[in-house]
Amino acid sequence: MNSRTLPLIAFALLIALLMVGLKIADRKELIPSPLINKPVPAFDLPVLGNPQQRLSNESMLGKPYLVNFWASWCVTCAVEHPVVTALANANKLTVLGMNFRDERDDAMAWLNKHGDPYDIILRDADGRISIDFGVYAAPESFLVDPEGIIVFKQTGALTPEIVQNEILPRVAAMQGGQK
Amino acid sequence: MTVELGQITLLAALLCALCLGMFPLAGAAFGNRRLMSVASSAALLQCFLVALAFIILTSAFINQDFSVEYVARNSNSLLPMGYRFSAVWSAHEGSLLLWQLILSLWIAAVALFSKTLPEYYRARVLGILGLISVGFLLFIIFTSNPFGRLLPAAQEGLDLNPLLQDPGLIIHPPMLYMGYVGLSVPFAFAVAALLGGKVDSDFVRWSRPWTHVAWAFLTVGVALGSWWAYYELGWGGWWFWDPVENASFMPWLVATALIHSQAVTEKRGAFGNWTLLLAISAFSLSLLGTFLVRSGVLTSVHAFASDPTRGVFILVYLGVVVGGSLTLFAIKAPKMIQGGGFTGASRETMLLTNNLVLTVMAAMVLLGTLYPLLIDALNLGKISVGPPYFGLLFSWLLVPLVVALPIGMFSHWKQDKLNRIAGKLRWPLVVAILFGVLTLILEREVSWISAIGVAGGAWVIGGSLFYLGQVIGQNKALKLPANVIAMTLAHIGLGIFLVGLSLTSSISTEKHLRMVAGDQFEGAGYVFEFLGTTVVNGPNYIADQGEFVISKDGQEIARLFPQKRSYAQGGNSMTEAAIDPGFTRDLYVSLGEPLDDQGVAWAVAIYHKPFIRWVWLGALFMMTGGLVAAGDKRYRRKKVAAPSVNATRTAKA
Repeated sequence: MNSRTLPLIAFALLIALLMVGLKIADRKELIPSPLINKPVPAFDLPVLGNPQQRLSNESMLGKPYLVNFWASWCVTCAVEHPVVTALANANKLTVLGMNFRDERDDAMAWLNKHGDPYDIILRDADGRISIDFGVYAAPESFLVDPEGIIVFKQTGALTPEIVQNEILPRVAAMQGGQK
Repeated sequence: MTVELGQITLLAALLCALCLGMFPLAGAAFGNRRLMSVASSAALLQCFLVALAFIILTSAFINQDFSVEYVARNSNSLLPMGYRFSAVWSAHEGSLLLWQLILSLWIAAVALFSKTLPEYYRARVLGILGLISVGFLLFIIFTSNPFGRLLPAAQEGLDLNPLLQDPGLIIHPPMLYMGYVGLSVPFAFAVAALLGGKVDSDFVRWSRPWTHVAWAFLTVGVALGSWWAYYELGWGGWWFWDPVENASFMPWLVATALIHSQAVTEKRGAFGNWTLLLAISAFSLSLLGTFLVRSGVLTSVHAFASDPTRGVFILVYLGVVVGGSLTLFAIKAPKMIQGGGFTGASRETMLLTNNLVLTVMAAMVLLGTLYPLLIDALNLGKISVGPPYFGLLFSWLLVPLVVALPIGMFSHWKQDKLNRIAGKLRWPLVVAILFGVLTLILEREVSWISAIGVAGGAWVIGGSLFYLGQVIGQNKALKLPANVIAMTLAHIGLGIFLVGLSLTSSISTEKHLRMVAGDQFEGAGYVFEFLGTTVVNGPNYIADQGEFVISKDGQEIARLFPQKRSYAQGGNSMTEAAIDPGFTRDLYVSLGEPLDDQGVAWAVAIYHKPFIRWVWLGALFMMTGGLVAAGDKRYRRKKVAAPSVNATRTAKA
């Protein structure tokens, strides 16, 4: 072996990684997140617009809600935002924004620009809660049922189809069960 | 014209590309001149056919043919004419067709402007470009056909994403693709040299102008992307380090390294293998970027609809093109280290520094982009790599790059004396310190790092200007060599960029306010008065439009009209910021949400961004430098230019 084969070897490793990546990309739809059917990770965080006020996962018990991780530096979040807005405005469930790894001013500016449809926004400044949720690429969204169990997870942007086919039917089922 | 014709045209183009990819290469291998002579006509015919396919798709957009699925998805009857053109490349299928069109144009240009090259070499270059084209056409035809019909036809289109309804998006992708795809030309020159077994300074001299043009387009493409993000996405930001931006930045870094290593290989015969490797890497990174953006491997941010089949196809393509060329490199790259030696104080050393820093930067970006994937693949959990990582690394890596730049310009090739160089650099150093200190005095709020950044910019600009002065002093005729002008322009561009980057990141101000009509805000020396909002109707949207009067010292200097738009189709709402641009500052107003039911009070964001334009102005200088370098008459002499050959010989001696 000589030094001229090194680029080829490095490239072969890269290709191997990308092949695994494609597998993972496939699996994203097939195998649900390990968090599905598990209790939502505990959180107790300040409200973005009002740091004195806090909210915990326990106080959310009793109603279905969607945890939507976003940040001002996340470009897809802006792309996704109209879908989140439409979902929140439909008033079918509580939409909880989770602003993570972000500066408060940037987040407020982003909301000013794109609109704030959220029922409430919590601030996960150091991203610790996002780690508990296993978020690695914003946006990610988690649908939580009234018992505090995660029933659906979307990695990447929500689309109208996902809202229609995955989220709303599950919410309807939960409310049906309650009555 | 019907779209079925477009499909047939693409198939015909594929046949042409196959001819171009096989016959000239076979001809070069077996010494058959008739086979080699196919190259030119195949290249031109292919270009014609692809252009025809592109025109057919464009006309489907212009005529609003919603029976074509791609048109129905990305257009709408209310879409203004200008955006019907850019809608062609607003999504995956059409943007690939644009990519293919630009590749075909580059190939045709090579066929037309390479008549002075040796016959065998030229046949190999065009053949390799033909093979690249075959791969892309197969990709389009089998996985991403833009000509698919929708049965029954849609009554109305879904509309173009409002983020993309913007003049910046009309020109950004074509410019960027000109750069991306243009890198296939130095790639083909390098692979052809390896195939022919003759890696010398000749092949580098032939490929240099092509590299310069591709690099110039890539520079302006990346800058346009950043500019668009600033005014369309932005809350003042202009670079976000997201995977798609990184995908365009990595080839740029490597192409920049390539330009500099080509200079060494041409003038001194050194770094030959390195230049080959960079030429292969630059185009490989363009392809890798395509893969990352379109395969869904990274949760992609610019949201091209991802499709695993496409991912597999591009990965195979990447494997064949890059794996093949690197195998060729492993087998055929010269084993002997070529070129003359050089001492520590020489231009070679400084250019080596440049190359090391730029490739390390590219590697860092690659690592940061792929790291989440790697960690996920190893089941080590999920992490995110964000601006903190990239920002920190870049500020440190910029230091050696900036320090070395003027030193390199003033150094002689091969061997120089430190004392002599230091003497020449006295004045640029004084200028740099002066500007650094001035920044600290004039701008109270500026950080130390930014003052150092400004000093670095002044060091680069000052060094470039003094160097230009020295060259003018030496040739009294005032006829400057094009390469000196080009280098000075590009380096001044880097300096301007550094100053803009340093100042805008440190002394920008932003305010988020609740304003009702008649409210005033005073900040950064300006008074912003909000006059209220009116409702305006656009072609395919309705908007609340705010009116702001901005004055300084009692004088009105601008009126800004930011909008909050609501698009008829799809229900998307969009904020259109209003900007008063200026050489030393931008004033940026955006309208947020109405804060009461009557629509009297509004959330308003006001930004003062000093020197933000310099970031893109720097890129324009770099681009101009690249184009001037490509226009150097030296490259178009029919006979091999004597000096460079002598240089190689003396180097070998």
